[in-house]
Parts: sequence; structure tokens; C-alpha cells
Amino acid sequence: MKSFAYVSARDVPTAVSAIAGSPNAKFLGGGTNLVDLMRGNIEQPDTIVDITRLPLTGVDLLPDGGVRIGALVRNSHLAAHPLIRSRYPVLSQAILLGASAQLRNMATVGGNLLQRTRCLYFYDTAAACNKRAPGSGCDAIGGFNRNHAILGVSDNCLATHPSDMCVALAMLDATVEVESTRGVRRIPMNEFHVLPGDTPHVETSLAADELVTAVELPSVAVAANSRYRKVRDRASYAFALVSVAAALEVTGTTVTQVRLALGGVSAKPWRATKAEEVLLGAPATEESFRQAAAAELAAATARPGNEFKIGLAERTIVAVLRELVTKGDAA
Amino acid sequence: MRVNITVNGEARQVDDVWPGESLLYVLRERLGLPGSKNACEQGECGSCTVYMDGTPVCACLVAAGQAEGREVRTVEGLASGDTLDRVQQAFVDAGAVQCGFCTPGLVVAAHDLLTRTPQPSDPEIREALAGNLCRCTGYEKILDAVRMAARS
Repeated sequence: MKSFAYVSARDVPTAVSAIAGSPNAKFLGGGTNLVDLMRGNIEQPDTIVDITRLPLTGVDLLPDGGVRIGALVRNSHLAAHPLIRSRYPVLSQAILLGASAQLRNMATVGGNLLQRTRCLYFYDTAAACNKRAPGSGCDAIGGFNRNHAILGVSDNCLATHPSDMCVALAMLDATVEVESTRGVRRIPMNEFHVLPGDTPHVETSLAADELVTAVELPSVAVAANSRYRKVRDRASYAFALVSVAAALEVTGTTVTQVRLALGGVSAKPWRATKAEEVLLGAPATEESFRQAAAAELAAATARPGNEFKIGLAERTIVAVLRELVTKGDAA
Repeated sequence: MRVNITVNGEARQVDDVWPGESLLYVLRERLGLPGSKNACEQGECGSCTVYMDGTPVCACLVAAGQAEGREVRTVEGLASGDTLDRVQQAFVDAGAVQCGFCTPGLVVAAHDLLTRTPQPSDPEIREALAGNLCRCTGYEKILDAVRMAARS
């Protein structure tokens, strides 16, 4: 690990001032990803601004029925929070299916948004990786790419975003609030992460001097009938091969509201708008679910190693929707 | 830099800490508490599990400065004098130790599970211990120990 200066900030103005004008400074939240990356010399900040003591730990009901979540709320606390469990079960489920208890106890909401890919070539400093070393190439293309992306990929990067929480946030149309010395800005969740294109090292629309201060969930009535399903190699403690966050309302036999997002398939949590378009107003049948899933995955680009993800994603979408129809009937 | 931590109920002051040190390093190398083990250093294996402010965390991923002012309880702090905690005793009685490297982390994780869920089901035990790897693969005896501790 490279040497660095350590600063502990007690309030947001101090934190954002400490990082302004220092492009190689980093905020330290729970540290479950950043400390690891620093130890491997993949991240080499010259200054660390420890933000774990900032007062951004609230989970509060908003007047419009939404919920505001402080950026430093621990993942385990959020998953267990009664407001989240009752109004946004999909978010609680997604968090609990990620990492291990020890990591969820430390990891923060803001840090979860900003965690880096778990692509093996990104972690291996001897490998070519356009994300870690822009212009060096991508060893995942033509390499071991079983875990890699099939949607929104470029010729420069196949990495996936590893978060489960973010898939639920994308489905819920969350808003990310960020702050710098220049002021406060609100970024829609679906614009927060960006596709790799020619600049895979750019992963979000966050500027280098901006601090994530909160995530706001709008009031989403249909989220009461929501579900997160994660398909992975082990029953626990593994990243998603494919995951699906979905919410569904069926009136009579017709889909009257639907939201779908996919994880493990792209550099960003993938909001499945094409599938949603097919489903809205369609009969809530297995056939519609299959058509919707196929419509979403039509644009997929697979490599031999991850071709299986296309069918897996389609089947998982169908399975989750089927489950939500049954659950909705029971409710 | 100086770091003040309460460790197993005792206020400790540690000087000359390099900011790149982990809480685990401070505990083992500066405070003489080698119970928590340094294995993967990536948060994957759980061998370094300690309580920080009452919740289990991987001490290898906690930067030293983050531990300032926190209350830490290590595996050394579970026993009362010469009397082992029931989880420790159950690990002994069940023979849930092979090479022993994962044991301290598993003991802390199991201790936390039984504090929150006194009568866990097998799936609950498995999920609670998912972040603790035993490279000897001695999981059956470990499950026996947790079941035994829950009964004691």
C-alpha cells in the first residue's frame, strides 16, 4: 500500500473542502472495497478523507411518502429498517443477498454505489485492463469472461457492476444526492452509473470532488409487491451471475404496473425498459413474460464464456414475474 | 498518528500508527492480541472478525483511523476469566477445530448469531457463518458446535 495522508472529517463542509482541489484524494466510507483496492495498489490515493463520522446516518420518511437514506447508513441497518422492509422489500432482499454479515455491517450506502467491479483482470495488476490502466487493453475479452457483461458492453471493457443494492435502487427510480464546494446536485439513479464506451475508467457521473450525501426513494406503491432474485454459483456469499429486481401490479388479468432491473449483466444496474414496455397493458401470462424478457435481451452481446447469461437472464425474469403474480393474488 | 480504542473493556492508546495499518494489525502487532487472525486480508475469509461498536466486522478492512474512539471486542474478550464462553466451550467439546486458523473468527461470528438469534435453524447458522471460510473444510463439526452452544 502506498503512503497517504489521513484526514478525519466531522461535517460535510469540512469533508468536501478537504477533497476540493485534490484530484488524487478519496473519501473513505466503510472501506470494505477501497481498503482492499489500496492494499493491492489498484487504488493509490495520496489523501484519504475518512467520512465515517459525518452525520449522514438517518433513514427518514419524507412528506411525499418517499424515504431519504443517509449515505453513511450501514447496509445491514438499511436492510433491517422497518420502513424499507415494509415499503421496499426488494431493497431489503437485495442487500441481504450481497456480501457477508461482516461486510454488510461495515459497508455504507454511498460506498455500495461507488464500489468497483470484481473483474479478475481489474484486480490483477499484471493483466491488461482499460479500467485500471486506460489504453492497456482488456484481457477479459478472449479471456475468462464467464462473470462478465452482456448488455451495454464495449470493445474496451466487459466488466459488470457488482452491487445488488443498486439494482433495486435502479428499479425504484431512486435519486442520488451529491455535494461539493460548488453546491448540491441530484442525479437520477439510472444516470448515476455510465456505460464503458471508450472510457471504461469513468464509471459514474459523479465529479471527483463530489460526495454522495443521500439516496432518496420516491413513494412507489407497487414496490410493496416486489422481489429480488439472485442467481449465483453458491447459495450465499457470491456475486450475481444474473439478478432481477421486479415489482408488478396486475389488475384483473392485465399488467397495470411493472418495473424491472437486472444485475450482473452490465457495467451499470440495468433498467429493463424494453421489457417493461412489452409488459405494460399485456396479459399477465407466461407468454408475455417470455416475450418481454426476449425483447430486453435482444440487444445482448455475449462471448463464449458468458453466452449462458442470456438464457439465464430471460428465465430469471420470467420466474420472478410469475412469482409476483402469485404473491399479488395472495395479497 | 495516535489511535484511542477501547479493547475488551479497557481504554488503550496506541502511538506511531501508520494510517495504512488496519485495525487487525493494531490489535495483533501493537496491542499483543493475536487471537484475530490475518489470512486473506480482503474481507473474504472472516478470520479477523471482531466486534466493533457491537457488530462483527472484518478487522483487516478497517483502517486504523476508523477505529478511533470505537469499542472493540476480540475473541480474547469473550471468556469470563478462566471460564470459556459457551461458544468457545462448544467448539472444544464438538472438536470443531482443525488447523485452528479460522476458529477465532467463527467463534465471534457464532457468538453474534446466538446473541441475536438464540435458537437458529440450520439455514440460519449457515447464512450467518457464510463470511467465515474454513480451508480445512471442517464445517460439519462447526455446525455441531453452534447447535451445541445454542442448547447450552
